[in-house]
Amino acid sequence: MADRERRMTPPYGGVFVARTTVLDAAQVHRALTRISHEIIERNQGLEDVVLVALQTGGVEIARLLSRLLFEIEGVDVPTGTLDVALYRDDIGLRPVMPEAETDIQVDLGGKIVVLVDDVLFTGRTIRAALDALTDFGRPRAVQLAVVIDRGHRELPIRPDFVGKNLPTRRDEVVDVNPEGVLLGEMRK
Amino acid sequence: MSNHLIKLADLDRDAIRELLHLTDRFVEVSQRPIPKVPALRGRTIAMVFFEDSTRTRMSFDLAAKRLSADVIDFPTHTSSLSKGESLQDTVETIAALGVDALVIRHASSGLPGEIAEAVGETISVINAGDGLNAHPTQGLLDAYTLCQHFHGAAGIEASLSGIHVGIVGDVKHSRVARSDLAVYRSLGAKVTIVAPPELQPTDLDNWPVDITDDLDEVLPSLDVVGLLRIQKERMGQTVVNSIDDYIERYGVTESRANRMNDNLVILHPGPVNRGIEIADTVLDKRPNVLINQQVTNGVAVRMAVLFRLLGSGIEID
Repeated sequence: MADRERRMTPPYGGVFVARTTVLDAAQVHRALTRISHEIIERNQGLEDVVLVALQTGGVEIARLLSRLLFEIEGVDVPTGTLDVALYRDDIGLRPVMPEAETDIQVDLGGKIVVLVDDVLFTGRTIRAALDALTDFGRPRAVQLAVVIDRGHRELPIRPDFVGKNLPTRRDEVVDVNPEGVLLGEMRK
Repeated sequence: MSNHLIKLADLDRDAIRELLHLTDRFVEVSQRPIPKVPALRGRTIAMVFFEDSTRTRMSFDLAAKRLSADVIDFPTHTSSLSKGESLQDTVETIAALGVDALVIRHASSGLPGEIAEAVGETISVINAGDGLNAHPTQGLLDAYTLCQHFHGAAGIEASLSGIHVGIVGDVKHSRVARSDLAVYRSLGAKVTIVAPPELQPTDLDNWPVDITDDLDEVLPSLDVVGLLRIQKERMGQTVVNSIDDYIERYGVTESRANRMNDNLVILHPGPVNRGIEIADTVLDKRPNVLINQQVTNGVAVRMAVLFRLLGSGIEID
């Protein structure tokens, strides 16, 4: 989990304490490999496909996906990053700092955008991301790839590509990185 | 002062760096195909300008609109102030209308600070220039422009260390100079004030800077020349004996420009008195005259300030 999410998860200023390992490094790699194949299969190749990583948790995942897609198809998929802090509906409800970079060099008009994030939770980040994307053009389609779907959706949003469905309690915290997926909680 | 921005001297280095780093983000937003974000949707910002201003006012206006805030203008010339209502009552009325922030410019030094104390936590007060006191967003945008020029962006640890800035002109009557000085010093720049004796500030005791009346002597060691506008309207009486004499000693004339290193950066808060602070030909042809860049960055800086005060849920400490 990215530092920023860590800081914004109550109790603020706590530290993440892992309880169980949900996926190890090899399992994360296998899940991302499968997702890569699914992305290629769904879109019948990688023409017009653009990866857009959500800051900050999706960036490392998108980098891995882009490498896997290149290994499988030999295509260098354009990859961008998107920070949705300025589009969130909870601005003012909790500290929001747009300190992570948005960097989308391609015109998204007519493209197939695959949003990439580490964890899908309430769906509010994705809602904000869909709003933000419209300011960069009109994609032909937007798809969503996540490593973990942990449930507790508050909006009608579903992922297209999932590494693992993980039932969680609301107060638990999921930590995703290339070395594995940990389930735990924040402690003061 | 937490939910207000009155003067840069109130902010520590970390708070200044954070605003400059936030500006990086809004520079990026400004370059998007649709340079507008919904961050301040539903917020209302009142522009209260008791002193004429075109660029600062338009810049704040644009910054607010790019954040999707609503902007209302307080017509200071035709308001009930001219019917005898006190400024305090007027401001309280604006507050009662339900605005979230006041952007205030006034000829009287310290007035925005007094209003901020009066309204307390209820609304944010942003100083858009008060008398000879401060013009914090100008200071920030000047510093940002230099960070961008020398380092590409402000970054998380914005610094002007190793940069020698000369602030040239009517420092005595300049709120821009005071704000620039605060932010440059905070970021570690070396600052030299260059002004004729009668335009040097009298409140120099606390200013940790070098001061000289000889531009040509200090020019070779400068990385940046921050020109100030000769403010005829603020001087009361003519202290500069002759404009020609001023130009001769402090103006960036063509012959002086020819002696300058091409890398030397020239800043000016505008509006420029062409032919006085800087010659026409120099303004239009010389490299590293960053005056337009200052104006462009001004919008992003003001977006950062407005977002920080109204949208982030965090107070400026």
